[in-house]
Amino acid sequence: MNFNEHVGKSLLAVYGIPVPVGEVVETVQDAVAAAAKIGPVVVKAQVPIGKRGKSGGVRVADTSEEAKIASDSILGMAIGENIVKQLLIEEKKPIDREFYAAILTDATSKGPMVLFSPYGGVDVESVEGEKESPMKSINVDIRQGLSSVSVLKMLAELDLGGIEKEIADIILKLYEAYLAVDAELLEINPLGLCGKQLVALDCKFTMDDSSAKRQKELATQCSPEQLTDLEKKAKLLGLNYIELDGDVGVLANGAGLTMTTMDVVRNYGGKPCNFLEIGGEAYIKSKEALTFVLKNRKIKSLVINFCGAFARTDVMTEGIINAIDELRPDLPIFWSVHGTGDKEATKMLKKRLGVEPLSTMDAACKAAVVAASKY
Amino acid sequence: MIVRKTDRIIIQGITGKQGTFWTERMQEYGSNIVGGVNPKKPGIVHCGVPVVESAKSAQEDIGFDISVLFIPPLGVKDAALDAIHAGAKGLVILTEHVPVKDVMYVLSAARERGVKVLGPNTAGTVTPQECFCGFMPAFNEKIFLKGSVGVVSRSGSLGTLVCLNIVQSGFGISAFIGIGGDPIIGTTTLDAVKELYEFETTDAIVIVGEIGGDMEERAADYIANLSKPICAFIAGAAAPKGKKMGHAGAIVMGNKGTYISKKRSLEKAGAFVMSTPDQVGATLKEHLKV
Repeated sequence: MNFNEHVGKSLLAVYGIPVPVGEVVETVQDAVAAAAKIGPVVVKAQVPIGKRGKSGGVRVADTSEEAKIASDSILGMAIGENIVKQLLIEEKKPIDREFYAAILTDATSKGPMVLFSPYGGVDVESVEGEKESPMKSINVDIRQGLSSVSVLKMLAELDLGGIEKEIADIILKLYEAYLAVDAELLEINPLGLCGKQLVALDCKFTMDDSSAKRQKELATQCSPEQLTDLEKKAKLLGLNYIELDGDVGVLANGAGLTMTTMDVVRNYGGKPCNFLEIGGEAYIKSKEALTFVLKNRKIKSLVINFCGAFARTDVMTEGIINAIDELRPDLPIFWSVHGTGDKEATKMLKKRLGVEPLSTMDAACKAAVVAASKY
Repeated sequence: MIVRKTDRIIIQGITGKQGTFWTERMQEYGSNIVGGVNPKKPGIVHCGVPVVESAKSAQEDIGFDISVLFIPPLGVKDAALDAIHAGAKGLVILTEHVPVKDVMYVLSAARERGVKVLGPNTAGTVTPQECFCGFMPAFNEKIFLKGSVGVVSRSGSLGTLVCLNIVQSGFGISAFIGIGGDPIIGTTTLDAVKELYEFETTDAIVIVGEIGGDMEERAADYIANLSKPICAFIAGAAAPKGKKMGHAGAIVMGNKGTYISKKRSLEKAGAFVMSTPDQVGATLKEHLKV
């Protein structure tokens, strides 16, 4: 779950990390009014991806006239897949030095990780790749917490001009915020030294999706995922659907099996037109699932691949057969059914649709690829 | 975690719908279920075993080695810590969507006490003709015939399909370890490969991985020196970048977690990487002299 800069910054402020004075606006008029109030400003596109500056989404405006020109050019521009609808109008700070600080969830150590670099800014990742990386890190045991001793020890290895304590203070506050908001990543880049004060000049915040249930209020402020209309509708029904640009429909149970079905389709020279899994508790939603797969206009053939473990293949198959009865899709469908309930499912397919599942997943995928090419 | 007939197992969340259904399946299979936990219903008997209020009382009153958790996401942390503090040797956490912060906390506590954790978001583990924990169709002999091939899988459904293919080709399974589809999990691919390798009945190992993270790459460093043949299938070659493919852990970010990186690392270490899981039988026949 991704958040725009201004949401991240307001969180930082709550935890005592200084951020520039700023206002979020959605029109040029409001942008100009904010700039008139604040003085020289930076006009920043609010989209949840990096490299906004390189895309022209961040511009300095010293006067109201410049703020007008800047906001007019940034509002509505496309950055990556995002269209800019919001701007952050923020006081322009004189920057003496830039640092990088972040807390993230590290899969290798299975705990939080602190990252700090004495060089912040847009190319921090590429600096990291150089021979001697200036990036320092600490692996934190989440039950022990992060101690100021360990942070100061890390910072002592760097030449920071005597503001180690101040930086450590920011890092400890950042860690506190990371825990409180169930972040996956909470990053300040750059952390600017503005005169004597350290200020978070940008903030990237990603929340752990599984925590949305207990971060309800915050979760409502996340920037919406870039979903197609079909993907949005499927999501509302609790279905995991991703639209792709091929022509072979894929319907399977479980994330691993669904991904694999796509892979096998591709392995035989075909192109999947969707990812749709009905694993976990969603396995009873076969009918809704089929409806979504068929709504994709590019679809020319369909492979249905069930392998029952937790999910029962007979329950899923019955759901699909009912959906086929109702929707009467006019395209070739190929089945592969194995695991829990496969005998009953096979019997049902013969009786109600007069078809037999193919003996293997490979055979079903191959047949679907051939059928799509002839369609 | 390879589960054995002698392991004493409790079910946390035994009285729920899924807990009940799968406890019965485990019992039918021969898993040694000795009790269940439900803080609201201590004193009752469910699925023929006593229900107590906590894992702690289960340890005091009954004694157990492994706990299987059928617990909703936000309850997992407390339940798992209860079991860890009660002296469990292993936990099987089936729940999907457990907050990552809670998972880190549980894994830290488990690490301190040397407790093995499978999951979260795993379908469980099967030792054919002995014991299974979780929601795997262990009872289906077409899928889990006893034999000599050890299987580790991030996915339950795909792992099941691979076991089916292995059995159809005339082999059997020594043990199946489902490690789960989350980005942060207790038992990693590497841990499971080590356990399968050391398991006396294993003659070959099949790694069923998927895009995202670097668990397969880290397992590759270890397998380079092993004397048993290793086959692998990595799901997600056709997946678009930057999208979560169903599993929270299955996402390619930038150049990290890609299919190519995993395939190359495993091949460099001497593993046979298959382009479809249906090739597993033929691959085993070629490299496993029986």
